[in-house]
Amino acid sequence: MGDFIELQNVSKRFDDLVAVNNVSLSLKQGEVFSLLGPSGCGKTTLLRILAGFQMPDSGSVLLNGQDITRLPANKRAVNTVFQNYALFPHMTVWENIAFGLRMSRKPSQEIRKEVGEMIELMELGDHAHKKPHMISGGQKQRVAIARALVNKPQLLLLDEPLAALDLKLRQRMLIELDSIHDEVGITFLYITHDQGEAMSLSDRIGVMNLGRIEQIGTPAEIYEAPQSSFVAAFIGDTNFLNGRVCETVSAEYCRIDVESIGRVIAWNDKNLKPGDSVNLSVRPEKFRLFRNRPPDSEHRNLVQAKVVDLIYMGSSTKYRLECGDYILIVEQQHGRYLLDEKPITWDETIWLGWHAEDGYMLQRYEEKDEALMALGEDMT
Amino acid sequence: MSGEKNRKKVPRDPSSRWPEILLSAPSLLWLSVFFVIPTIIVGMIAFKPPSIYGGIGEGWTLDTIRSLAQPSYPQIIWRTLWLSALTTALSILLAVPVSYWLATIPPRRRNLMLLLVILPFWTNFLIRIFAWKTILHPEGWIKNGLMALGIVGKDVSLLYNEGAILLVLVYTYLPFAILPIYAAADKFDFNLMSAALDLGANKLRAFWSIFLPGIRVGLITAVLVVFIPALGSYAIPEIVGGPNSEMIGNRIAQRTFSDRNLPHASALAAILAAVVLTPVVVMQLRQIASTHRRPSA
Repeated sequence: MGDFIELQNVSKRFDDLVAVNNVSLSLKQGEVFSLLGPSGCGKTTLLRILAGFQMPDSGSVLLNGQDITRLPANKRAVNTVFQNYALFPHMTVWENIAFGLRMSRKPSQEIRKEVGEMIELMELGDHAHKKPHMISGGQKQRVAIARALVNKPQLLLLDEPLAALDLKLRQRMLIELDSIHDEVGITFLYITHDQGEAMSLSDRIGVMNLGRIEQIGTPAEIYEAPQSSFVAAFIGDTNFLNGRVCETVSAEYCRIDVESIGRVIAWNDKNLKPGDSVNLSVRPEKFRLFRNRPPDSEHRNLVQAKVVDLIYMGSSTKYRLECGDYILIVEQQHGRYLLDEKPITWDETIWLGWHAEDGYMLQRYEEKDEALMALGEDMT
Repeated sequence: MSGEKNRKKVPRDPSSRWPEILLSAPSLLWLSVFFVIPTIIVGMIAFKPPSIYGGIGEGWTLDTIRSLAQPSYPQIIWRTLWLSALTTALSILLAVPVSYWLATIPPRRRNLMLLLVILPFWTNFLIRIFAWKTILHPEGWIKNGLMALGIVGKDVSLLYNEGAILLVLVYTYLPFAILPIYAAADKFDFNLMSAALDLGANKLRAFWSIFLPGIRVGLITAVLVVFIPALGSYAIPEIVGGPNSEMIGNRIAQRTFSDRNLPHASALAAILAAVVLTPVVVMQLRQIASTHRRPSA
């Protein structure tokens, strides 16, 4: 109750493949919610169920308290911005935008007025009478959004809307999408496999994997407090340190014996007892690198490591460090690269420090998720 | 990279069109030798007198053209036109849903179905038409079945009339309609149908305003490849048609082989060619005019 859009125990299978596996999800009115996951995780099927192109095998879909599970797509107050836009090639920009209003048999005067307003909002005035093949990718994108929004849907579905655009245009369209959302204020459901898009646009993100929702939370929650190794590895890079709790230091901290690295201190937010196995996720930017051993400080871990690889990325540098049997990924910001002391180079042995709070205990860990990270075994 | 390189080679300057002319020369030559020149010869023979031995006589005459003013000709030409038009319409009406379906089924089944579409071509055309004669025979199972259902009476003939010709024409030309329409439907982006439904169109409306315009090229091709050969039908009306359902092809054959009056046959053929070519030429001219009007992007 109270939630604007609700999916209750929705499942969908195609032959042997379970595309959506018992997903429950609720969206608040006016929020931007992203479904984020790798291709084949079921996010597109979920979108098609919401749009009405597919019926779930079980479960129900509620829009504003009304059950729309079996309502066909053309009867739903839901519109979609399709991947690759799906603009009608034989119609002009104007006719494309007017299509939905024509289908709802609005008087032509009203159609003219509303399409005109939408064209103005989307700054498409110069292109109203061009066919889709004559305008640029970014303009097509705006036409696709205008064509959906002009119907004043209660929910706008966006299916990887920026996938076909180049990087700079993608960044610009992200900002534009954000301001469009501010302008119209309706609920957006944004489907993407790009964590950067999801992070920068969404109020909340649902991370999907293998037909299930792994975690729902704000971008910061998802990034800082991942519940599973999948979420930790799919969103950004991370390091997994696996070991066993050997002692509890206080109510809040414990020591963990990580094989080949030694004992490290960690914030014990899961209230683990000595002997429990634990998987820590430490994000690359949480580490600090020191050329000389810094003075000990409470709750800080210090280990020695050898640089095996480094990539200078402009605003930061990424390192691969050998530390015991682990290869750790570390990212360091550098504010004044040219003025700072001599940069750390390949094959140096350095000190690696991180605070007990920087490691986050995962609820679920699977070894195969390590392969999801951008910097795997070889950096190339 | 290579794409851009190639593009540079295509001349932007309209004055240097030599590569275009060179590339189209073989087909131009082919069409000239085997189409344009023969058509002109056929047209010229219409103005020659017939020779007594079935050949072409000396000199020029308008007698043949005058002799075309027979009361039976307008009727035959009219029948040829409407039978061909109806064949085209029915073939396309059947081909569009079949093509839609073909384009949406999984590729493995689709290949099998496409094979079935062209399977009839593996049997000789004349044998297939003769087969219809058996099927529609007064003692045939269709006639008996229809009689048993009380739909036709005993003295109604399913053969040797316009209906039989139409049926066999549609049967013969349906694959020629399906193939180009399927080719267009295969290239059609079915996401557009989803988009139309999403915007509130029902399935019929989406089919009408999005799918049909999307396969326009295939439809035009289908019209041409069904209508034009249907106009020149000879074997089908000859075998399953009767004396009151002649098409112009039969008359041309009769003038050529029985009457041995080549000028008369040529005049009829020239009329047929004019009927076919005039709309094509008009369409081409209009298309050229519209491409020249379009602002260069």
